[in-house]
Parts: sequence; structure tokens; C-alpha cells
Amino acid sequence: MKALELQRVEKSFKKRRGEVVKALDAVSLSVGKGEVVGILGPNGSGKSTLVRVISTLVTPDAGRVEVFGVDAVSHPKKVQRSMNRVSVEASFFKKLSAMENLLYGAKLYGVTSREARPLIQEILDNIGFARKRATEPMEHLSRGMQQKIALARALLTSPVLMLLDEPTTGLDPRSKKDVQAFIRRIREAHDSSILLCTHDMQEAEELCDRVGIMVDGRILALEEPEGLKRRYASDPGGPPPTLEETFMAATGYSVEEASAEGDEG
Amino acid sequence: MHNAPNKPLWLSEMVAVWGYVQRNYFLTKRYLMWEVVWLVYVTINAMAITFIGAGVEAVGGTVDTRFLMTYLLVGALLWNYLSMLFDVLSETVSWERWEGTIEYTFMSPSSRVTHLLGMGLYAVVYGIVQTAITLGVCYLLFDLDLAAANYAGALLVLAVCSVSLVGFGIVAAVLPLLSPEKGQQVSYIVSSVLLLVSGVYYEVDVLPGWMQAIATVSPVTYALQGTRAALLDGAGLSALWESIWPLLIMGVVFVPLGIFVFHLGERYAKKTGKLKRSG
Repeated sequence: MKALELQRVEKSFKKRRGEVVKALDAVSLSVGKGEVVGILGPNGSGKSTLVRVISTLVTPDAGRVEVFGVDAVSHPKKVQRSMNRVSVEASFFKKLSAMENLLYGAKLYGVTSREARPLIQEILDNIGFARKRATEPMEHLSRGMQQKIALARALLTSPVLMLLDEPTTGLDPRSKKDVQAFIRRIREAHDSSILLCTHDMQEAEELCDRVGIMVDGRILALEEPEGLKRRYASDPGGPPPTLEETFMAATGYSVEEASAEGDEG
Repeated sequence: MHNAPNKPLWLSEMVAVWGYVQRNYFLTKRYLMWEVVWLVYVTINAMAITFIGAGVEAVGGTVDTRFLMTYLLVGALLWNYLSMLFDVLSETVSWERWEGTIEYTFMSPSSRVTHLLGMGLYAVVYGIVQTAITLGVCYLLFDLDLAAANYAGALLVLAVCSVSLVGFGIVAAVLPLLSPEKGQQVSYIVSSVLLLVSGVYYEVDVLPGWMQAIATVSPVTYALQGTRAALLDGAGLSALWESIWPLLIMGVVFVPLGIFVFHLGERYAKKTGKLKRSG
């Protein structure tokens, strides 16, 4: 059974002047148990809508979304129990401390403070997060530290499917490396399946078993990084292109254009 | 490794209710200075309204000043409590959106009933503490007409009214889901209409007929009638029943209606993509 399976999922949004924007156009993909699948795409390509559809925050117009064989549209509560999400924005109560936010997040998943506290200590120790800083308001922590707490919060509910929506965007290089290392540890230690949306080519190449390229709501290709490179190689006999070159060949976007600020669909 | 599924569903939901209550308590602690400022404002506001009763006599009115001051104070305190309850519930969505936590909360497996129950429970406890402090200060300052007061009866009316007002607040909470930009403003209009028609500082009888018609569907109207009857006239349970039964009906209607409407609003927001943190 696949951890995640999407079959021809479609989603359109009506904008103010009656204009219809197709955010997802017949998207099909699957994530195997314990697999890390990356989705590369420029801003506005539909990555965030894809994550919102899987996390039951947006209802698809058509198609099927299954998490471990359970239909996410007709049984959202069952699916919500088995997954968690970390997005580019740190969704925290900024005045509350990391510990208070973590305890609150755990309770929403039915985990009591007594059950959560030892887990929190263990996770914080593993990521090298000083215990005394856990009592400081979130707004006093750096973006990198906030993202680590976001990952810790997700891990606390023991999800079998993790949705990571640009978890390292906007982080300084050091924090980015720390968060990426944390994702690697989650993968190794917790047997979670992970869908990682990013526009960081290096991150996708280093962390993912398979990488998909998404543009204008469509997934152009989804395979192992090496296979992807071969598919878009301009000179099949020459040295393999980098993932950046592959991305440019597939989408027509440069890395800078892909990560430029814009409306994310 | 997964913790929650080992528990029965009802227990997980109870843990989540406590999560909402505890989170709001943590937030109250963090914003303590604001809470103190608000408490001072509410208390001074109640005192100023009570002094209107003394002022009527000073400008030549012939009224029972003690009675009028107590009448106004009860109105001020009750409105403070009930409007706070309504605001907390109706701001459930816009508050989460402002904090940036709306998506995290709405993708969690705890049910919406649990979410709204947790919000309502904390608002009731918080409101009772705040109102008790304000009442205590005013009790020391004013010579109130509470000799015949039936406090237990007043609390009963308040408890029944709290339930129906939670339902009323849940209906209003759906507005920011339908329109992230204007929804909350509409709920403020609902709140101000309740203040106007429910007889907070005057009898409903003095209002034009069409306003009196609106007053009949406001739980605040019956809460005020019942509480004033209990505190000012010492009315017993049989006399209070006149105010309690409409509140019971409203509770039975508004709470399920509110949850149903909220469910429809959430479904619409998920279809149109309006559940985003930025709206």
C-alpha cells in the first residue's frame, strides 16, 4: 500500500474578476512507505495547493487523494491523524513559548502533556535545541529555530506521512543545513514517508529518493534524480546535467525565477 | 509509535478540549498587562454607567436611585460578560488567522465541536472571573439594592444563557470563513444590534415595535430579564422560568444550528481556498 496516492487531482480557484486559475491540473503521484519524494517548482506552480489538498485544507474539484489507502476527502479525520505538515510560515502562537506551543500541538492530536513532555525533551536534545530556550516566547527565536520547533511539533504526533512545504525557504545557510539534517534524521529514525515541496535543487537532490517537476499545476516528470537528469539532458552522450540545468530545461525557469517572490497557488 | 490512536476517540477529543482551554490560559498569561488594562476599563465603564442612576436624580428626575443604579450595574455587568462570550466565539476564526495558526488548527484531527467547546469553556470561566472582580469593586463603591437578591436564581439564568449565547457566537464565527476581509466586521454589527435591542440599560418596552420584535430572538433579552428579576426582586424559580424556557429553546436550537452552519462554512472555505492564513 502506498503512503500517499493522488490520481488525476484537479483544483481551480475563481479570482475576483471571474478569472479561473487552474492550480492543479490532473496531478497524479505516489509516495511509497518510507520514501521521500520531492516536488520542485517555481512560485505559483501549485506546490502549496498540492500540500493543502493532501492535508485536507482544500477540497479537490476532481480526482482521488488516498493516504495509506484511506480517501482523504471522504474520511478527513482518519487521514489527519496519520499525517502532519511543516510549512514555510512558522504557524505558532508567537507570544507562547516553544514548550507551550508544542504541548498545545500535541493535545490537538490527543497526546497529553504527560505523554508529550518526555518526547519533547528527547526531540529537543536530538536537534541540539537548548532546553532553557524552550520556555522563551517563539517570537524571540530565530527563523531557523522556529522551523526546528515546527519539525519537532510534527514529529511529536508520530506522523506516518510528513508534508514539508518549503521548510528551509528564507533560512540562513547554517539553519538550512541544520533543518535538512533534522529531516534526514526523521527519515532514518522514524520510518516516515515524506513529501517535500521546494525550489531548492540541491535540497531536493540530497534528500529525495524521487523528484518531480511541477509547473502551472502539472507534474511534468517524477523519477529518481539521475533519471530526471538523463531525461532532460541536451547531449545524451555528454556529462549528466546538474539538477538546476535539468529544471531549467524542463520548465524554462532559472533558479532565481523559481525562487522569486510571487503568489503561490 | 503513533500515540493518539491508542486512545478512544472521545478521550482524544477531551484532551484536545483541554488543549484549547490551556492554550487560551497561556495566552491570557502572556498578555497579562493587556488583561489588567481591559479589566480596569470594564470596571470603570460599569461604574460610569452606574453613576448615570445617581445623575438622573441630580438633574431633577424622580426615581428610586438605588434601584436604578443597581438596574444599570446589572445591565453593564451582564452585557460585559455576554458580549465577551459572543466576541470570543465569533472571533475564533479571525483570531487564528491573525496569529497565523488557522491552517495548523484546521488540519488537526480534533473535531470542530471540540474546538468550539474549548473556546466556549474558557470564555465562560474567564468571563465569570472578570465579572466577579468588577462586581466586587462596584459592590464596595455603591449602595446597591440587593437586599432581596436571589443569587442562585441569577446564576442559573446566566448559566442557561451562556449555552445559547455560545451557539449564537458559533453562528457568527462562520462569517470570517465566508468572507475573510469583511466577516468579522459583520459580527461586530450583530453584537451592537444585540446591545441596542436587548434592553441592557432600559426596558425593551421603550423600543419601537420592530426593535422589540428583534429583541424576542436575542438570548441577551431573556438573560437580562431573568437576572434582574432574580437580583432586584428576588424572584424564585417559578417566576424565573419565564426567562429560562426561551433560553433553553434557544440553546437547543442555536448550538446545533451554529455547529451545522460552521460545518457548511468550513466546507465552503475548503472548496474556495479561503482557509489560508492570509485569507
